[in-house]
Amino acid sequence: MTSGGKELAGIFLFVALVAGIPLATDSGVILNFVMMALYAALLAQAWNILGGFGGQFSFGHALFFGTGAYIQAIAQLQGGLNAWLALFMAVAGSAGVGALVGALSFRYGLKGSYFALVTLAFAEVFRILALSVPFTGAGVGLMLPLHESFANMQFGSRKGYVYLVLAFVAAALLLTWWLKHSRFGAYLQAVRDNEDAARAIGVNPFGVKLGAIVLSGGLMGAGGAFYVQVFQYIDPGIAYGPGTSVEALVAAIVGGMGTLWGPVLGALVLHVLADLTRNLFGQLPGINMVIYGMVLVLIVMFLPRGIAGLGATAKSLWKKSGGRRG
Amino acid sequence: MFDSGILFPSLINGLTTGAVYALIALGLTLIYGVLHIINFAHGAALMVALYAVYLLKERFGIDPYLALPLVVPGMFVLGYALQRLIINRASHGKDENILLVTLGLSIVMENAALLFFKSDTRTIETAYTLTTVAIGPAMIALPKLVAFAGALLVSGLLLWIVGKTDLGRAIRAVAKEKHGAKLMGIDVDHVYAMSFGIGLACLGAAACFLLPAYYVNPQVGGGFVLVAFTVVVLGGMGSFVGALLGGLLIGVVESLGGLYLGESLGQIGIFAIFIAVLLFRPQGLFGAKA
Repeated sequence: MTSGGKELAGIFLFVALVAGIPLATDSGVILNFVMMALYAALLAQAWNILGGFGGQFSFGHALFFGTGAYIQAIAQLQGGLNAWLALFMAVAGSAGVGALVGALSFRYGLKGSYFALVTLAFAEVFRILALSVPFTGAGVGLMLPLHESFANMQFGSRKGYVYLVLAFVAAALLLTWWLKHSRFGAYLQAVRDNEDAARAIGVNPFGVKLGAIVLSGGLMGAGGAFYVQVFQYIDPGIAYGPGTSVEALVAAIVGGMGTLWGPVLGALVLHVLADLTRNLFGQLPGINMVIYGMVLVLIVMFLPRGIAGLGATAKSLWKKSGGRRG
Repeated sequence: MFDSGILFPSLINGLTTGAVYALIALGLTLIYGVLHIINFAHGAALMVALYAVYLLKERFGIDPYLALPLVVPGMFVLGYALQRLIINRASHGKDENILLVTLGLSIVMENAALLFFKSDTRTIETAYTLTTVAIGPAMIALPKLVAFAGALLVSGLLLWIVGKTDLGRAIRAVAKEKHGAKLMGIDVDHVYAMSFGIGLACLGAAACFLLPAYYVNPQVGGGFVLVAFTVVVLGGMGSFVGALLGGLLIGVVESLGGLYLGESLGQIGIFAIFIAVLLFRPQGLFGAKA
């Protein structure tokens, strides 16, 4: 099999295995863990498309998450729309916000730290707007009434939500797989590695980066919509606060940027860590984020390629030490 | 529209806040100018300094202004150590890594504060907290005036250090051409750490001036960090005069924006400036053309 074929088989195997978990157990603890880990993986995969494959580090991905979440809630509450139609709008809307921010920032050549800052500022502007305008429920937030049915995308048990988020993660994995093997993905990685060289061989960096932020924003919006369906509540702090931006970014970097499995791995590792600390120290405010922050610093210090890049890092160290000897 | 009876005090108030913004931004712009990195942990470090001032007052009864000789060196040492032991080692020569490491540090600091102090907002009581001084038709709180004068004084001191001392010469040499500086025998890593230390020492001073008229909670840095970034990009990254003028300007914009649009929408004015400057004039108002 080609490497692309092997990866594709890996994705199907992963989805099949995870899909088996709700059949094998009724444990609420396990199902909740699987759901939250998959949800974190979804956010990390969304960030990874722009940050890992595109090399554009967003510090404000909550911008897309929050937009998806609010559209999902408002379309149902004020628009009276079906939840699945709302999901479609949430994805399209947050992709649209991605197009807007991308068009503005990339048009003026913002990169690196500047791009990180501008995404952070956009998320902050949206947070303050959500606090100030009436249709978001301002500081009180929006509550989705409980009506369990498939049409409402509300399920009686965690199992339904596990399948829902698994479907999103599967879509994100396939999208990432496509990025690795398509012409567009090759262009995107070329722009990440050397924008001038990519332009010289005829790649349009603006269009490629714009495409990446639209895909990334849309996927992040799906994450926001999922959040609203599960927790049936959203407010400006949850939607646009820095917490979600950080979670998406840390999981992707810990797992390995620009890889197929990195974000899934990172999300899993962080959730295991979070559960361990909860068991050790109890439910203390902030403790999870302290751990996330420390893991981020340590990974950047010692494993810049993330967990997925462990093999490659070890190989280059081996070569380096071999080179010294020789 | 509002008459000058409201406008003038609001303007003065904006200038006093702006001076503190300028001080915070000077630290940020120094770090940027020398190390060419954006210190994302700047707001969190300010929060740490504010808690230090708070604890010194509550536990040991040390007045915030008298805490200056303790907090400023303390923050300097923290900054020196962070740069030397963590940030420098994690960079692997890539700017993105520094961005991520300082982000990680800010997450750790903010949430450690949440862990130790809970999310409560704390203030301190001093004899002069409620004292006001009349400037023309405006009644200004004394701590704000002290903050204004103190911030300008420290800014002047910083400009003198960078402009006239041997350390300042080394800092400017490294900022301009680090390989050349290295060849001239300058210890670049030491200069980096000194710059980072001085940048954080500015925050120590800012915290001492701020707390008598302000408050501290674990999230307090977040608000300041975006304002400080705005000031820095507005003034031109790495420009000291720009940071000083930018700080005062942003203070006034915030104060007047709050007056006309209300507190929360007034803040949007700052972010709008920030985004607009980043997009249309990334070299800032006073920076050289890129």
